[in-house]
Amino acid sequence: MAYTVPRPKLTFAEKIYLPTVLAGLKITLGHLVKMLRGKTHVALQYPEEKWDANLPAHYRGAPTLVSDEHGRTRCVACQLCEFICPPRAIRIKPGEIPAENKFAKVEKFPAEFEIDMIRCIYCGMCEEVCPEQAIFLRKDYAIVGTSRSEMVHNKAKLIELGGVMTGLVHKWNEKK
Amino acid sequence: MDFLLQIDWFQILTSLAKTVFLLGIVLTLVSYTVYAERRVSALMQDRYGPNRTGFPTTLLGTKKDFSPFLGGLGQPIADALKLMLKEDFTPSYVNKFYYWIAPGLGIAAVIVGLAVIPFGSSIAGVPLVIANVDIGPLFIFAISSLGVYGIVLAGWSANSKYPFLGSIRSTSQMISYELSLGLSVIPIFLILGTLNLTQIIQNQVANGWMLIPGITAAKPHFPSPDQFLLWIPIFISFIIFTVAMFAETNRLPFDLPEAETELVGGYHTEYSSMKFALFFLGEYAAMILGSALIVVLFLGGWSIPFLPDGTAPGVPGIIAGLISVGVFFAKVAALLIFFIFIRWTLPRFRYDQLMTLGWIWFFEIALVNIFITAGILAYLSSR
Repeated sequence: MAYTVPRPKLTFAEKIYLPTVLAGLKITLGHLVKMLRGKTHVALQYPEEKWDANLPAHYRGAPTLVSDEHGRTRCVACQLCEFICPPRAIRIKPGEIPAENKFAKVEKFPAEFEIDMIRCIYCGMCEEVCPEQAIFLRKDYAIVGTSRSEMVHNKAKLIELGGVMTGLVHKWNEKK
Repeated sequence: MDFLLQIDWFQILTSLAKTVFLLGIVLTLVSYTVYAERRVSALMQDRYGPNRTGFPTTLLGTKKDFSPFLGGLGQPIADALKLMLKEDFTPSYVNKFYYWIAPGLGIAAVIVGLAVIPFGSSIAGVPLVIANVDIGPLFIFAISSLGVYGIVLAGWSANSKYPFLGSIRSTSQMISYELSLGLSVIPIFLILGTLNLTQIIQNQVANGWMLIPGITAAKPHFPSPDQFLLWIPIFISFIIFTVAMFAETNRLPFDLPEAETELVGGYHTEYSSMKFALFFLGEYAAMILGSALIVVLFLGGWSIPFLPDGTAPGVPGIIAGLISVGVFFAKVAALLIFFIFIRWTLPRFRYDQLMTLGWIWFFEIALVNIFITAGILAYLSSR
């Protein structure tokens, strides 16, 4: 069935359009004047003003490696993140934990762990897939470098960015 | 044919000097109009716009870059440098010859039109108009409608859909608005009885501005009843002329040829680097030409009350002349700011609305307006 779109009944002033132009100018000039007097504060002057303090908990910044309360990097080099990573930004070289180590039962650790931040798309798949809760997307977003090699985060850098996260899983504790 | 055989060096040199002076002013004004556009649009949308780039005086050894007023005044220079350094890419599928001449045509038409604008009274006896022709407005209308060739050729030679649509729109828009543009100013010529822009301004200096009668150079006074009567058709023609000028210069609310939201970039979609910059330059120069014409025809040109207009006693001619240039470009700048305000206030017209406005309303109103003016003039002269 045909549906007739209801058209608004325009007043004479609206029909000749010029008064409505003035009404529009009043709105836009109001905004302009408010901006000039510094009354509006919507846009941030980025490098000086940042929104960092207001970032939500689930913000997806740079992926990092977190350590547990014993100072052990939680990663067990299972390479699931390397496998799932859509842009293939992650490179892991597993190493074996020696028998005399306190955490020998973990068996593997990442000898090298590199994330190419030029390739990373901040999708968070690595965090999602990680069975050890070892990799987290933290709130760092301004990742810069002057060369390609500088943009590759190595293990030391990733651990430094990740910091310590306690009270997640405890399956590698001594008593278990 | 004597004037071809004798070389008048004074004429040649002063004309050259005036050309360089006017071109310098207009090109500077263009770049700062672009800056104003970006800044005003930002402020109207609660943003900041370009407010960082200052003049790089640190290169000369000062501690901080010079960045006065609201900041960002060095932005036009940076933009120009960027555009010159960009890659000038010519797509393989374009018609090379027309693709190359289109940007030049677009801007040349506008710059030639500037030649007849009287941008000041006179300096040391030299009238500040490059070509003091007796058909000023006709010349401008003729030349500026050639400017559409730039757009049409750009759209056609680019050999792709969106530019083509943009150029077709531009053609029909140009045709429908040139009519009312030309017809709307006829009342002015009926009243003043001249087509010479310098004489039009001198008339307004003596008898008050066309749009605001009573503002004479000597002493503002309350306009006479006759002037009030004539003010009605002048006001109508001012409205039509200004709106038609918006359409003529492809400005919102009539920017259908380049409607970014519909046609990617309109007629200059396939252009890059300096060729694109030429279109950009041409568009803004057309705005300046349009505003200058409005100022000359309706707002008294370079005349301003209480300030010398080049003939005032006691003021050196050079200073008075420079003041008149300043006044003229101040009025032009005010109109440009108005153009910018309108652009960031109104939404784009639909195509059929534009055509209706052009053909059914403005064309007829302009025609009737001519008869009204003629009637009023006949009534005034018969008394």
